Amino acid sequence: MGESQYVIEMENITKAFGNFKANDNINLRVKKGEIHALLGENGAGKSTLMNILSGLLEPTSGTIRINGKEEKISSPTVANRLGIGMVHQHFMLIDNFTIAENIILGSEPTNGVAIDNKQAYQDILAVSEKYGFKVEPGELVGNISVGMQQRVEILKTLYRGADLLIFDEPTAVLTPQEIDELIVIMKELVAEGKSIIIITHKLDEIKAVADRCTIIRRGKSIDTVNVADVSQQELADLMVGRSVSFKTPKGPSHPTKPVLKIKDLVVKENRGLNAVNGLNLEVRAGEVVGIAGIDGNGQSELLQAITGMRKVESGTVEINGKDMTGQRPRTITENSVGHVPEDRHRFGLVLPMTLAENIALQTYYKEPLSKHGILDYKMINSHARELIEEFDVRTTNELVPASALSGGNQQKAIIAREIDRDPDLLIVAQPTRGLDVGAIEYIHKRLIEQRDSGKGVLCVSFELDEILNVSDRIAVMFEGQVVGIVDPKETNEQELGLLMAGVPLERARAEVAQVKEGAVSHE
Amino acid sequence: MNKKNELVRSIAVPVISVLAGLLLGAIIMLVFQYNPVEGYGAMIEGAFGRAYNVGEVVRLATPLILTGLGFSVAYTAGFFNIGLAGQALCGWIASIWLAMTFPDLPKALLVPLCIIAGTLAGALWAGIAGFFRAQFGTSEVIVTIMLNYTILYISNHIVRYVLTDNADATPKISPNASLRSDFLTQLSGGSRLNGGIFLALLMIVLVWVLMKRTTAGFELRSVGLNPLASEYAGMNAKKNIILAMVISGALAGMGGVVEGLGTFENLYVLSAAPEIGFDGLAVSLLGGGNPIGILLSSLLFGVLKIGGLKMPSVGVPKEIVEIVIASIIFFVGINYAIRYIMDKFAAKKMTGKGEA
Amino acid sequence: MVGTLAIIVSSALVYSAPLIFTALGGTFSERSGIVNVGLEGIMTIGAFSATVFNLFTVNIFGALTPWIAMLFGGVIGILFSLIHAVATVNLRADHIVSGTVINLMAPGLTVFLTKMIFDGHGQTDLIKARFGKTSFPILKDIPVLGEIFFKDTSAPAYVAVLVAILAYYVIFKTKFGLRLRSVGEHPQAADTLGINVYGMKYAGVMISGFLGGMGGAVAVQSISGQFSISTIAGQGFISMAAMIFGKWNPLTVMAAAIFFGLSQSLAVIGSQIDFLKNLPSVYLQAAPYVLTVLVLVLFIGKSQGPKANGQTYIKSK
Repeated sequence: MGESQYVIEMENITKAFGNFKANDNINLRVKKGEIHALLGENGAGKSTLMNILSGLLEPTSGTIRINGKEEKISSPTVANRLGIGMVHQHFMLIDNFTIAENIILGSEPTNGVAIDNKQAYQDILAVSEKYGFKVEPGELVGNISVGMQQRVEILKTLYRGADLLIFDEPTAVLTPQEIDELIVIMKELVAEGKSIIIITHKLDEIKAVADRCTIIRRGKSIDTVNVADVSQQELADLMVGRSVSFKTPKGPSHPTKPVLKIKDLVVKENRGLNAVNGLNLEVRAGEVVGIAGIDGNGQSELLQAITGMRKVESGTVEINGKDMTGQRPRTITENSVGHVPEDRHRFGLVLPMTLAENIALQTYYKEPLSKHGILDYKMINSHARELIEEFDVRTTNELVPASALSGGNQQKAIIAREIDRDPDLLIVAQPTRGLDVGAIEYIHKRLIEQRDSGKGVLCVSFELDEILNVSDRIAVMFEGQVVGIVDPKETNEQELGLLMAGVPLERARAEVAQVKEGAVSHE
Repeated sequence: MNKKNELVRSIAVPVISVLAGLLLGAIIMLVFQYNPVEGYGAMIEGAFGRAYNVGEVVRLATPLILTGLGFSVAYTAGFFNIGLAGQALCGWIASIWLAMTFPDLPKALLVPLCIIAGTLAGALWAGIAGFFRAQFGTSEVIVTIMLNYTILYISNHIVRYVLTDNADATPKISPNASLRSDFLTQLSGGSRLNGGIFLALLMIVLVWVLMKRTTAGFELRSVGLNPLASEYAGMNAKKNIILAMVISGALAGMGGVVEGLGTFENLYVLSAAPEIGFDGLAVSLLGGGNPIGILLSSLLFGVLKIGGLKMPSVGVPKEIVEIVIASIIFFVGINYAIRYIMDKFAAKKMTGKGEA
Repeated sequence: MVGTLAIIVSSALVYSAPLIFTALGGTFSERSGIVNVGLEGIMTIGAFSATVFNLFTVNIFGALTPWIAMLFGGVIGILFSLIHAVATVNLRADHIVSGTVINLMAPGLTVFLTKMIFDGHGQTDLIKARFGKTSFPILKDIPVLGEIFFKDTSAPAYVAVLVAILAYYVIFKTKFGLRLRSVGEHPQAADTLGINVYGMKYAGVMISGFLGGMGGAVAVQSISGQFSISTIAGQGFISMAAMIFGKWNPLTVMAAAIFFGLSQSLAVIGSQIDFLKNLPSVYLQAAPYVLTVLVLVLFIGKSQGPKANGQTYIKSK
């Protein structure tokens, strides 16, 4: 009659979409009161597996036992009832609703017919106080910080009495400091008797927080290990299935004349507040400048202003010695600028158009792709074939819609298009978001190649690894300004994290030094 | 292989939709105790019985080709131009007004002038909605609907108090402004078939070239499919929004010109905006926005509507045609479901073959 | 002066009532994320079915007939709106295309049926029991205000106002309303919380069918008195504009509908009012439409409706 030591047992789970098996005989067992990491590359099938567990998808085959009892999780409501709650990577929150409305939605307390707001507020405050985080129930979700939104997501599950919480890539949008706070919250939850599954592809976080780890590769479960027994390198090799090098080899940089000079730039975001607030920055030919910063500190607006997609309120942008402030995107592009935009689906590609047309997106109006306003599709297609070959874009042919390509190949096509114009300044934003390790390596190599051929590269990324890997200089952005420029060889993630949170450089250095002295064991 | 499949499917969807619409019409006739064979028999006779009927079918299809093309241009660029009717009416008014003002100009000059005037008027009326959309983000759906009613009342006012002295219709325009020709009239047994059909055929070719082979068309398509990426690639979204609506309105205006100078040879007090507006929208949806598809579906509408006029001879109200047309568009609208069913059938067939 | 004002107010209310009902209907639909340009067609169906019901049951229900016919029009409106719900929710049709089908279908179908029922005539007989003019006891005796607002006025308009208040309460204060709005804002979030997304969308569209059908029923029974192809000529579209102008909030939507009702009624009664008498009728006729455009351009701009409005939600399974 011994109670099962596992809260969740997923056995031989298979989920097929048509001919494609997103999950192929996966096994996952989570012990009560543990933090269990689910590690895998993008597209390995982690999210599919968790969507099955939370009732959003039905498995094609396999069994699920909760506390030793076989269950069929046919809907989110059932998952709820079984005590499973999910904290989604892309928060499932309604901006126009209050925190309270978001939390109670679907299990609203009522007095007769109307929603009982007083009761709702009381319940929410009771739960949030129990786990030690504060929220203001009446606040609109659209107005609160990302970290706070994540707490609302967590509260949503706790309010429904979840015993198992699934965190899907919870740190993707957080600062290193916010990540530390989240880790504290997770440990507190486990101490209170909850169990946690954390989905991630970040190895240091697994080492920091998880007890055990199940590795998934191409839809199959590879192994489950005790985190304490393995190194990060071993985890990485298990995840990718071959041995991985983290560093892109590169020689020293030889910067020459400046290709981009930004002076006192002010740019507004959509709601009319200053997103870029008197920013100064210079990029020279032959160097890669990385911009580190937390999402929402003006990086997107900065790039949009440089490339002419957003109005400049004041200040100047000089490219190749010419004043480009407030020019139209095309004028700027023609002044030898290449731009790999942050969101390839929204900005980089017209998905339903053919791959060839997408490769021609910046040059269709010029000879030889068109003459006197008439397109020459022979040229457009053969030009595309050349680039597909040169940049190793995997596709059946150039006439398929861009939507038919995988994310990595879409990104390669965009990079091919932008590098092919041989721009003196190459601007790249989140160049490897959502890509697998192979594609990341390839793209980083290409960026370094551009630098070595004497181009200036400006790279914005939320991934500190990436910034540290490709940059020759790192500019840290906080609240619309560059708050520090550091040498990647002389800095580390802790220091960058503090800078990104607005701590001045001197103090950040001091703090990091102190921590190191205090806790050498961490190394 | 894949491409061929897609082509088959994109033809199959409208064909199945038409058949399903006709079937539904037959069922309704059965429910009300009419004989559908008799009903559709009368329709076929009404559409093809004599040269006159065929002429009328083509006559009715002519403005639909133009408004249908107009709808497709705006739709490709991402706009739902529900104001084709008003834009057509604008073209109609302008052409008649010009024809009545200069009745004695030689035909070779007057007809082109009237066509140009009507085209510009339609373009201008649609341009208002395009401008508001580009400048203020105002929904073109609502604005064009409102402009339909506005121009309707203005038109009736012009007929009554500007072009005539309190009459319900203007006098017939001078033959110098008419699109009709003795040759076409005689060929089609005295129908109202007119030179507008050549204009429409020309536009089919021009619109196809514009959308598929020019940089301007490339931009319109790109803006329609992804405005953000288009702007990133240096295209001017505002310019393209307005351009799309202006071209759309110009084509609708031309449709109105054909009604004015060809079909009716005058302008009269209307109780609703011209039917060629909504029918053009329907024709374009049925034709999948493809110029040849629009040509074929316009002709189909001609057959249904002209043939439908003969249906009361066997007792069936001609409104059955409108129900059939609405159902056809319904089936086109749910093409996802039709494709889904087709896939299921295809899959079954494949496995069937595999076993054999 | 009070007399003129009384005429203006009561005729404005007559013309507002159908718009209020229908615009509120549109609000429910769009709050659930389904764009409904088919309101015009739904009104047409409601008007037709109410007329037929009225004609055939007046001997049974007497003076109550228009009210019962109004409810009947609403019920038929629900049935008709189901076409839109099935097409947009389950079959992934474009919302505007499906709404246009409703608008194409309604006139053909109703005139066809009219011809079936009324010996081939294009319009129905005149109804005997109309909404007519109502005076509220006691209230009508309030000096000045009583004459303007409560004497010889439109009872359906006051019902419509009550419905607007009720709609406000339902949308913003109840569980149902919260869920309806969540589905229009972020269907996936609602789905993860176990809310029946498709069910809520059906509810939204069906309520729009009910209120739109009643709107049509009120229009025919208080304005034209018989159904023909021209009974509903644009009111559905104007209701849609009122919904946008009122920013999807039932109370402001109601106010916008009254505003449009007023401008519509002026075109009709203009000749009875001294200071409008000499104005060419085209100005008053076109005014509501031109005003709508101006209002949208000047005050609304890029109207911010429910976030996921017009998008098809595809549940993955």
